[in-house]
Amino acid sequence: MSHRLPTGGRFIDRENELRFTFNGTHMRGFEGDTLASALLGKDQMMMGRSFKYHRPRGVVTSGSDEPNALMGVGRKKRFEPNARATVTTLFDRLEATSQNHWPSLKHDVGAINARLARFLPAGFYYKTFLWPRSFWKHIYEPVIRKSAGLGKPPKHRDADRYEHFYAHVDVLIIGAGIAGLTAALAAGASGADVLLVEQDAHWGGRAPVDGAEIDGLDAQTWVAQALKRLDAMPNVKKRVRTIGAGVYDHGYALLNERVSEHDPRDDAPRQRLWKVRARQIITATGAIERPLAFAGNDLPGVMLASAVRDFVVNYGVAPGKATAVVTNNDDGYRTALTLHEAGLSVPVILDARATADGPLAEAARAAGLRVLAGHAISKVVGKGRVEAVHVCAHSGTGDTTETIEVDCVAMSGGWSPVVHLWSHAGGKLRWSDRSVHFAPEPSRAPKGAKGEDFVVTAGAASGMMLTKEVLEDAHGAGLVAAGAVGKIGATEGPIAAQEDTQPIEPIWRMPDQAPYALRSKAFLDFQNDVKVTDVELAAREGFESVEHAKRYTTLGMATDQGKLSNINGLAVLSGALGKAIPDVGTTTFRPPFTPLTMGAIGGEAAGELFQPVRKTPLYDAHMERNPHMEPVGQWRRPYCYLGDHASAEDAVIHEINTTRRSVGVLDASTLGKLIVKGPDTGRFLDMLYTNMMSTLPVGKCRYGLMCSENGFLMDDGVVARIDEDTWLCHTTSGGADSIHAHMEEWLQTEWWDWKVWVANVTEQYGQIGVAGPKARAVLENLGGMDLSADALGFMQWKDGTLAGIPVRVFRISFSGELSFEIAVKAGQTRALWDAIFNAAGENAITPYGTEALHVMRAEKGFIMIGDETDGTVIPQDLGLHWAISKKKEDFIGKRAQERSHMTDKNRWKLVGLETLDASVLPEGAYAATEDVNANGQKVVEGRVTSTYFSPTLRRGIAMGLVLNGPDRMGEVLRFPDVTGDVFEAKIVSPVFHDPDGEAQNV
Amino acid sequence: MLTLKCPYCGIDADETELHAGGEAHLTRYGPGSGDAEFEGYLFKRENPKGVHFERWRHASGCGKWFHAARCTVTLEVFGTYPAQVTEPPSELLDVIRAERPDFAWGHFS
Repeated sequence: MSHRLPTGGRFIDRENELRFTFNGTHMRGFEGDTLASALLGKDQMMMGRSFKYHRPRGVVTSGSDEPNALMGVGRKKRFEPNARATVTTLFDRLEATSQNHWPSLKHDVGAINARLARFLPAGFYYKTFLWPRSFWKHIYEPVIRKSAGLGKPPKHRDADRYEHFYAHVDVLIIGAGIAGLTAALAAGASGADVLLVEQDAHWGGRAPVDGAEIDGLDAQTWVAQALKRLDAMPNVKKRVRTIGAGVYDHGYALLNERVSEHDPRDDAPRQRLWKVRARQIITATGAIERPLAFAGNDLPGVMLASAVRDFVVNYGVAPGKATAVVTNNDDGYRTALTLHEAGLSVPVILDARATADGPLAEAARAAGLRVLAGHAISKVVGKGRVEAVHVCAHSGTGDTTETIEVDCVAMSGGWSPVVHLWSHAGGKLRWSDRSVHFAPEPSRAPKGAKGEDFVVTAGAASGMMLTKEVLEDAHGAGLVAAGAVGKIGATEGPIAAQEDTQPIEPIWRMPDQAPYALRSKAFLDFQNDVKVTDVELAAREGFESVEHAKRYTTLGMATDQGKLSNINGLAVLSGALGKAIPDVGTTTFRPPFTPLTMGAIGGEAAGELFQPVRKTPLYDAHMERNPHMEPVGQWRRPYCYLGDHASAEDAVIHEINTTRRSVGVLDASTLGKLIVKGPDTGRFLDMLYTNMMSTLPVGKCRYGLMCSENGFLMDDGVVARIDEDTWLCHTTSGGADSIHAHMEEWLQTEWWDWKVWVANVTEQYGQIGVAGPKARAVLENLGGMDLSADALGFMQWKDGTLAGIPVRVFRISFSGELSFEIAVKAGQTRALWDAIFNAAGENAITPYGTEALHVMRAEKGFIMIGDETDGTVIPQDLGLHWAISKKKEDFIGKRAQERSHMTDKNRWKLVGLETLDASVLPEGAYAATEDVNANGQKVVEGRVTSTYFSPTLRRGIAMGLVLNGPDRMGEVLRFPDVTGDVFEAKIVSPVFHDPDGEAQNV
Repeated sequence: MLTLKCPYCGIDADETELHAGGEAHLTRYGPGSGDAEFEGYLFKRENPKGVHFERWRHASGCGKWFHAARCTVTLEVFGTYPAQVTEPPSELLDVIRAERPDFAWGHFS
C-alpha cells in the first residue's frame, strides 16, 4: 500500500497540515504536497477510470505528463476539470473529484467495457455503429458520449480573474533544472536580458532526486548557489509555476503562469498568460521517462521508476511497501537504490537486457538487491491494484518462472527528450540508436525573421542523458543564445564527473514473443486505452502512416498529446510494419504543451471587457428612454424604445405609426462618414462606385453602390459633393472601417499616383434623422435655416445652424417620408437631439430604433446590405440597374459583372413577397418546388431576405431573391418552414408603400 | 505570429497589428480583358513552397500597405518595401537570389 514515510520529503512541511476532500472524503496532507502525493500518502492508489474500458487507474508519473490522475478540482464557480493531480499543488480545503466513472470510482457500471474489450478494438466506432443509420443519432452517439470522455465542463461562470502579460526579452529559457539554470548563468553573465521560467513550484528539476554532483557539490546545494548568482544579476528575471505552452514563429512564445491557483485569493489573477517575443529561446525542458508495455501495466501501483523515487524523495511518500523494478536501462536502478535507502523493500530488479553489469547494477547488487538480467514481467496481477508480478525470461513467450508479491512496480523504458517546444515552430528531429530516442537536430532549428536559428536546446532536451554532458551542452546553449543577440560571454560552465553507464536497449514491450493474450493487456496509451494489439491491428488494416494510426487508434490524443505514449506507440507500429523507427517518424507536435484553461486564453476579455463597446454621442439620451438595445458590430443601438409599451413589438408599431403620421427621430450617428478629398477624387469615386460620382454637382447628394472586384455588392450609401475637390461618402454602419480600408487599399496599391486623401470622421460627427410629414415644421421651429422644398430640394444638402448649433442638413430619405439627416459635431449632438424633442412636443414626436428603421425601409423596398446581399449578390440581382453607369469604361466590379454566370438570365432576383393570408413569412425561408434533387431534397427556387409585419399595411411583407422573380409577378410560391407548415406567398413589387414617392417629395 | 518591419514606421510589427492582403504585384485586368486574363487576375494565385511576395497592411499602426518577401517554409523575411511599386526593388531581388539561387515567382527569378 502507498503510505507516508516517517521522515523525508524535501518539498513538504510536516508542521503544516492541510485539509482536503477527495470524492467527498476528508483527508489531510502537508504544505508542499501535490494532490497526487497527498492521495498516495493516504493509500488512495486508484485516482480515476480509463477513457474507454473504465479500468481502474492510478497515478503513473509525478509531473505534467500524467495521463491518468486527472481530477475535477474545486466546485461551482471555481471548478476545473482534467486537472493533473501530479501538478496540482495542495491547498487548504481543496476539493477534488475523480472523473469518468458512475456511480462511484470504486463501483463503476462502465467497467463492463473492460470485459467487452475484445469487441472494442481500434476503430470500433467506425466499424460497429454504421447501421442502421438513424441509430447513430439517437442511440449510439448519446450512449458513447455518456460513457466515454474525461472531465465534465464547468457549468458555472468562472469566478476567477485571468490576465495576459506581454514581455520582450533577449533570451527566454524554458525549464529551470540544472540545464536551464546553467544556461541562464551563461546567458546572464554575458549580459543578455534573460527570462527563466520553470513549470514546477521548485527550481533545479530532478537532479537533486537523481543524485547528481556538480562542481563538487550535491545538486541541491549547487542549485541554491546558482539561484543566488542569478538573483544577483539584474538582467535575469525568473518565474516558477510558469509553463512553456507553445513556441511560434519568429521567437513568439506562450507561457502560462499559475499565479494564485495554489493559493486562491481575490487580489491576484488565478493564471497569467505570458505572450513573449524572445530573440532567442532556449528549451531546457528535460526528458520524459517512457513506460514499458507488459500485460497489466496499467494497474494502479505500476508507475514510472522516476515517479516512484520522486514521490519518495520529494514528498516522503512511498507508492508501495514492496516494489519490483523493471527496466531496459540503467536508470531503473536509481529507483531501486532510493527505495532501498528509504528502508523500503525491493524484492527484485528485472533488467530486460541480457546482461546487467553497469556501475548502477553493481551498486544494487552491492546493496544486497536481487538483479535478474534478461528477465521481464509476463504480467502484473491484482484486483484494482498491484498484488504480484509474474516473472519470465524476456526472450520467449512469457512462461512464468516465479511469482513475486509486490504492491508497486517501477518501470523504466528509457528517456525521451521533451522536444515539443522545439518542434512547435518547425525544428526537426533525428533518431539516436545509441540513446534510443528522438532528439532535436541542431542543424535544422526553427528559423527567425532574419533566417537565424532562434531555438537552442539545452541538456536532456538536447538528448544529453549524463550530468557532465547536460552541463556542457546547457552552458554552450546559454553562450550561443546570448551570442546570437550580440552579447558575447566567456564564462566557464559547471563541471561534473564522467559517468560510466551500460547502454539502453531498444525494448518496448515484453516478453519479446508475448502472445496475443499478453499483448492485448499491455497498454501503450493509458489515457486513451490504446494497447499494443490496437496499434498492430491498425498496421494490419493499412494505417501505415503514423498520423493515420494515431487517428485510428486515438494513440496520443487528448491531454496526453503523446507525451507518454508517442515513442512506444510508434516503436510498436514500426515493428508491426517491419520498418525502422526513424522511417515511421513521429506525429506532429502541436501547441499547447499542456492544456491551457479557457480562462487563461480569454484573459481579461470576459464579461464587459470582452469587446470594447462603441457608444454614439446619444447613448445616454437613449438610456433615459428605457431602450431595448442591440449590438450592431461594436456599437450598441436602440432596437426600439420600450417606454411604457407592453412589448417591443408594440413599441416598434408605435414608432412607425408616429413617424408616418407625424415625426420620428433616429440616431443615425453610426453611419460611416468618409471625407474623400483631392484633385483626383472624382476619378477615384467613379472607380469605386458603380454609378457616376464625378458629375455630382456641389450641394447635391447621390445614392451609390460599391462592389468588390468580384462584382458583388458590398456597401451602399449617399454621397454628397461638398466642394470642387471634396466628397463626403456615407457608408453602412458596419462598413465604415472596412470601406475606409478598401479605399486606402486601392489608393495605396493600385492608383498610388492619384492625388486623393481619405479621412474617416465617423466618430467626429453625430447624425440625427428626422422623418415624417411634420419633420420640416419641427426643424423650422428650431430656427436658423430655411428648409423649404425650394431652399433644400430632395437629394440636396446645406450648411447652417439649427437652434444655434452649426449643422449640415442632408435631405435624404430611407423611410420614404419627408426626411432630413442632420450632421452635427459629436459634442453638440445631444443638445440638438433635446432641442428637436422640445420643439415638437412629446406627443407629436417619437424616437425610433433600428427595427422601425428596417421595417420602414422594407415597406419602401429599399435594400439593406447584409439582408438582401450576402456577398454573392450583384446589383443587377436587386433591380438596381439604374445605379450602374453605362457610360463609365471601368469601375471596380464591372469586368466581373460581365462574366457568364453574372449575366446568366436565370439568376435569383429581388421581388416583394406577399403572403396570401397576410401572415409574416419566416426569416430565411426557402421557396421549394415539387422537384426533388439527387439527395432527395426539394429543389428550391428562392429565399426570403427580409420579412416583417408592416404596421402601415397591417400585414406581413417580405423581400426575397427568386429565380427570374421579376418575370413572375403574381405567381404564388410555397415556403415550408422547419415544422413542415407551408406559407404561400405571391410575387409582387418590392415597393409596398407609396410607390410614387409622394410622401418624400414635399 | 510573424514580425514584419513596416517600411513606413520602421518598427518590427507583430502580426496582430498587421492585416494580410494576399499576393503582391498583381496586374489588374478590367473591362475589355479576356476571360483567361481576368480569371488569372481575380483567382489564380502563386502558392509557393519557398520565396513569396505578399501584401500586408499595418492596420493597427500607420495604416499603410506594404509588401513583404518571405519564405513560406522557414518564415525567413528577406525584406519589406512600400507597396507603390510594380516589382520588388532590385537590391532585394539580389539578396533573395544570393540566398535562393533557384527561386522563381511570377515573372521574377
